[in-house]
Amino acid sequence: MLLPAAAVAWQYLQAGTPEASPNYKLTEHWWGMLIDIPKCIGCGSCVRACAEENDVPEGYFRTWIERYHVADWKIERPEVESPNGGKQGFPPNQETTGKNFFVPKLCNQCAESPCTQVCPVGATFVTPDGVVLVDKSYCLGCRYCVQACPYGCRFINPKTNTAEKCSLCYHRITKGLTTACCEVCPTGARQLADLKNPQDPIHEFLRTHTVQVLKPHMATGAKVFYNGMDGSVR
Amino acid sequence: MTPITTPCDLNHRSPHESQLSKSIAQICAQPAPGIWRNHLFKDIEHLVRLAAVIAIALIAFVALRVVVVPKSFGQYGHYRGAAIAEAAARPVAFAGHETCEACHTDVVDQKKQGRHVVVPCEACHGAQAKHADDPASVKPPKLDTAVVCARCHEANSAKPKAFPQVATADHSQGLACDTCHQPHRPKIDDQADTKPATKVKK
Repeated sequence: MLLPAAAVAWQYLQAGTPEASPNYKLTEHWWGMLIDIPKCIGCGSCVRACAEENDVPEGYFRTWIERYHVADWKIERPEVESPNGGKQGFPPNQETTGKNFFVPKLCNQCAESPCTQVCPVGATFVTPDGVVLVDKSYCLGCRYCVQACPYGCRFINPKTNTAEKCSLCYHRITKGLTTACCEVCPTGARQLADLKNPQDPIHEFLRTHTVQVLKPHMATGAKVFYNGMDGSVR
Repeated sequence: MTPITTPCDLNHRSPHESQLSKSIAQICAQPAPGIWRNHLFKDIEHLVRLAAVIAIALIAFVALRVVVVPKSFGQYGHYRGAAIAEAAARPVAFAGHETCEACHTDVVDQKKQGRHVVVPCEACHGAQAKHADDPASVKPPKLDTAVVCARCHEANSAKPKAFPQVATADHSQGLACDTCHQPHRPKIDDQADTKPATKVKK
């Protein structure tokens, strides 16, 4: 088999799922993600996979996992830790009382994203299929977008000195594959969602579950939906 | 009483200047009579220079813009449209479990008998797109189950209560997990377990 991996997947996907056509049309998709917090075990597979798939420099994260500890009623003051982004998992939890849970974080692929609005040169943008991307060859590295993101999802790549963020594995989803983080998640806590595809199970899930986005008061149009999210999550 | 001051005499011009003014007036083809002619001349001369400067600047700007701005800029919005295709062109590292399952059907059958049916191949085996490209020469490395299993199953109070967890130090005393467990079908006494796999990851 001399075909590249994506082409191999294509053959299979084309045979099994005809809707995954190779003629990818930008206007026929609207990408988001579903994070099922009660399923997350904090194994760090997603963080490692993301780093490998997207060549993320050590110490920087396009996605990371936070461990929350909420003592009794103090939901406004949760204790949050994320040792090395959760890349090597988490040490045994010292806290056994109160509420303890993991929250995976990534770019929320906002439809009204603050980061694209502040870019002075048009180096970052929302694609017609709803993914916020960075044009590396256009980015000046001015850091406006890093400051503008209310979720702290952006950083300056020390090698290229340009802004970097989760691209929702754009090179994968346009080939009919799921993102690297969703691909490796052993519990299905992360699911890629195509909000324009009526066949996508996301619609049924959103209808039947109590789902939130992060910082809804910021009106960013975030498209990463969190199921079972505690009020203490920031 | 002080006399009313008159405005400066607009007809007071040097002979050379009035000649120059005449030629411009001819170009303009609308000679204004008397006092206004000389007044207009001065302004027109000034404006022509200004217009020339603006025209050159405009032409230079348009020419520079054509050269500098990428062709695809503005194709979809205020950004370089070609950047979308460039982002999509990146090679993949993770082949996807569908690709793995196309060849490793024996493992699929094995996984279906246990709860690891929902665990995608590359969650444990790592990125295998290179192996999928060239299965003959690129072989996935052998996994150390003592490390790989613990990533998920090491006990932690933040993990969901229903998720199977062990304190590996107490549970196996340092033995590799695959001494007892078959990683693709981890339950030890499940030979008689014929429960069909009901939950399949999307």
